[in-house]
Amino acid sequence: MKAFAALYAALDQTTKTNAKVEALKQYLAAAAPEDAAWAITFLIGRRPKRLLESRKLAQWAMEEAGVPDWLFGECYHAVGDFAETMALLLPPAENSSALPLHVWIEERLLPLREADDETRRARLVEAWREMDEPQRFAWNKLLTGEFRVGVSQTLVVRAIAEASGIAPEVMAHRLMGDWLPSAEFWRQLVAHDTRDADISRPYPFCLAYPVEGEVEELGDPAEWQIEWKWDGIRSQLIRRQRQTFVWSRGEELMTDRFPELDALGALLPEGTVIDGEILPWKDGAPLVFAQMQRRIGRKVLGPKILGEVPVVLVGYDLLEWNGEDVRERPLEWRRARLEEMAPAGSALVISPVVRGATWDELRALREESRGRKVEGFMLKRYGSPYRVGRKKGDWWKWKINPYTVDCVLIYAQPGNGRRASLFTDYTFGVWDDGKLVPFAKAYSGLTDDEIREVDAFVRRNTVEKWGPVHAVKPELVFELAFEAIQKSSRHKSGIAVRFPRMARWRKDKRAEDADSLDTIRGLVAGHDQENL
Amino acid sequence: MLEVREAGLYCPQGDFYIDPALPVARALITHAHGDHARAGSQAYLTTRTGEALVRARVGDEAAIESLPYGATRRVGEVDVAFHPAGHILGSAQIRLEHAGEVWVVSGDYKLSPDPTCMPFEPIRCHTFVTESTFALPIFRWGDAAGVVREIEEWWRGNREAGRASVLFAYPVGKAQRILSQLDASGGPLIYQEAVERVNAIYRGQGIALPHATEGGDLSQALVIASPQMQGSAWLRRFGKASMAFASGWMRIRGTRRRRSLDRGFVISDHADWPGLLQAIGESGAENVWVTHGYVGALVRWLEENGKRAVAVELKLPAEEAAE
Ligand SMILES: [Zn+2]
Ligand SMILES: [Zn+2]
Repeated sequence: MKAFAALYAALDQTTKTNAKVEALKQYLAAAAPEDAAWAITFLIGRRPKRLLESRKLAQWAMEEAGVPDWLFGECYHAVGDFAETMALLLPPAENSSALPLHVWIEERLLPLREADDETRRARLVEAWREMDEPQRFAWNKLLTGEFRVGVSQTLVVRAIAEASGIAPEVMAHRLMGDWLPSAEFWRQLVAHDTRDADISRPYPFCLAYPVEGEVEELGDPAEWQIEWKWDGIRSQLIRRQRQTFVWSRGEELMTDRFPELDALGALLPEGTVIDGEILPWKDGAPLVFAQMQRRIGRKVLGPKILGEVPVVLVGYDLLEWNGEDVRERPLEWRRARLEEMAPAGSALVISPVVRGATWDELRALREESRGRKVEGFMLKRYGSPYRVGRKKGDWWKWKINPYTVDCVLIYAQPGNGRRASLFTDYTFGVWDDGKLVPFAKAYSGLTDDEIREVDAFVRRNTVEKWGPVHAVKPELVFELAFEAIQKSSRHKSGIAVRFPRMARWRKDKRAEDADSLDTIRGLVAGHDQENL
Repeated sequence: MLEVREAGLYCPQGDFYIDPALPVARALITHAHGDHARAGSQAYLTTRTGEALVRARVGDEAAIESLPYGATRRVGEVDVAFHPAGHILGSAQIRLEHAGEVWVVSGDYKLSPDPTCMPFEPIRCHTFVTESTFALPIFRWGDAAGVVREIEEWWRGNREAGRASVLFAYPVGKAQRILSQLDASGGPLIYQEAVERVNAIYRGQGIALPHATEGGDLSQALVIASPQMQGSAWLRRFGKASMAFASGWMRIRGTRRRRSLDRGFVISDHADWPGLLQAIGESGAENVWVTHGYVGALVRWLEENGKRAVAVELKLPAEEAAE
């Protein structure tokens, strides 16, 4: 716990990426495998399910500190971070724990889940008394699960890759899928032999940045493979060892929900991984995405719904071919292999390439997007590899308005009139330096069923109240659409949007997948130029 | 014995103000920070050790009289004496006695040791006027000498990485408190002008402070500058420096992060929460006037713990010079 608390402090102390990577590498190099496994689990945001209610935790910390409720409130107001407030308030530390991180987690933290409140309180107080202040802070962060120190998954991947001498692409890949933190997992993670890998494991998705400024800056359109930007569920279809796996971008295994794709997998050669978009599709064209919502939540898919809303995989790219990782091959090579393998008349539809001699010609074509139920264009540079995560340069999304941003629900309050009994007014946050900052409010766009579902979520997951406003656990992701975006000094985020509305509920995404303020600032830059 | 007027705390029996915010006929000054000593009054009374610092603040032409610590002077019908507050060089609590009643106006104070000033002296009184800059239980200071070791360690790390170390510290008091305990042998030492001006006054009072170095490799340097210099053109000459701030506010991560600092060193010239409660307790006062900071929190705490406490709203300029 000493080393881990020191790592937390080191990561927190610097804003410089290189210094963060360096601190991580030093920690990982010295840590026991089981400690390293737990450390990265928390750092990439895969914490165990919520253990304790914050209210109770606060109550016990107050009792231990001898501080009344109102004074805790004053302190929290000054600090703005729950775990930190508790760490600063607890009586001066007299000890420092030499127990390693995995012991703290496996023997002290996880068992709290089964314990009754009295035992939990006793165990926690005991734990605080064994720790020094930086340890208490890191421990409180583990307990509350707000474990963010401005460290992105990419950065953690980079640190493990550099520490182990394994390529970052391979490392990112190994961190995907299902795993549990253990010494064994860590050894496999940093092992140079990769053949024992989990056969269901997907590759990290390559993500696109929105075009900033004028698209002309990207050069000749002939250098770009241009596709429609489909509006479905981004996913990977994996065929290995005669089994099929369908993963969402949110790293959820969805094979059961798409029997069409399970069947498609059986038609594909052994050792194939396709990146694509799952779309409701009929008679050679997509259905509106709302149709997909009808089947996505269902446990049992009857013949009726399967007949009404069949899906296809619109294939974008080929990542594994004959069991070989082909992500480093040029885009056109991968595309050619993908086209060759598509079984005729199957649920695999290759995403068509759009051609235009000039950007103006393409601009005109892009105007058809709405009619085609797409969101604009994807621009992929010929010759480029399939990259890990969001990297600038090779993949761009050139979307039509409205702009869309994936945000996390952070506050909710009841509506007016007819909707006064339901939480219908929402505030959404986006990431900034590891924290969610309020970005926009929206009231409309959800169906009545969805509103009821969000309402139930708010009631179950309120972490704090200020009058009618409930702060909720940041978990639900929504795609907000809006008409215009501009800089604003009156908004906490520095950005104001016009007519925000909820375009859809991204049940396929986790809070971590929401957009960041930086990405949104990029939209402002692009927008300002468009309007000049 | 005191009342709150527009210019600040006024004593009718002595016809003087303490640390007035506006020009007055007679001002008693607890210490030389900008929120306590202001130019324009006709006559000033402060401590002998603090006189030079106060003069630097209120101007060369000002009429300033001074008293040694502990000496009594009758002003109007009031016996006035200055006692060490342990805050900065020459800082004082002002003891007022009239017709057997004793009041103490503590100004800013701290209980922890500081080689650049006399330690805080507890004085029994009926009414104690206290500051509350850090009056929340989250504010608890560690050993200041240990913090100076952390600063040296940070400087050493930066030298090894080949980057300059810029330490922001309030130029009156905080900078000198750190410098007086600093092992400056590691590399070039550079003072921003505002800091060096005050250093000279401290040296004039017999406090040994390391001297700035001529020339040298800037990437190895420790630069001591006023926090107001953050983001200034003057700092550009030090290249990709590591930036740190020495202040009690650095106890909260958020304040450090909002200022985009690489490091925060928790060291304050104000009393922390236990220090405030200790000073108030040792004064033996039944009445406590609370100014200057987390007034509401301290008043409520004192009331819940059997004291009579009053929130005193004084007109203060926006800049809080002391921290
Ligand atoms: Zn002050
Ligand atoms: Zn002061």
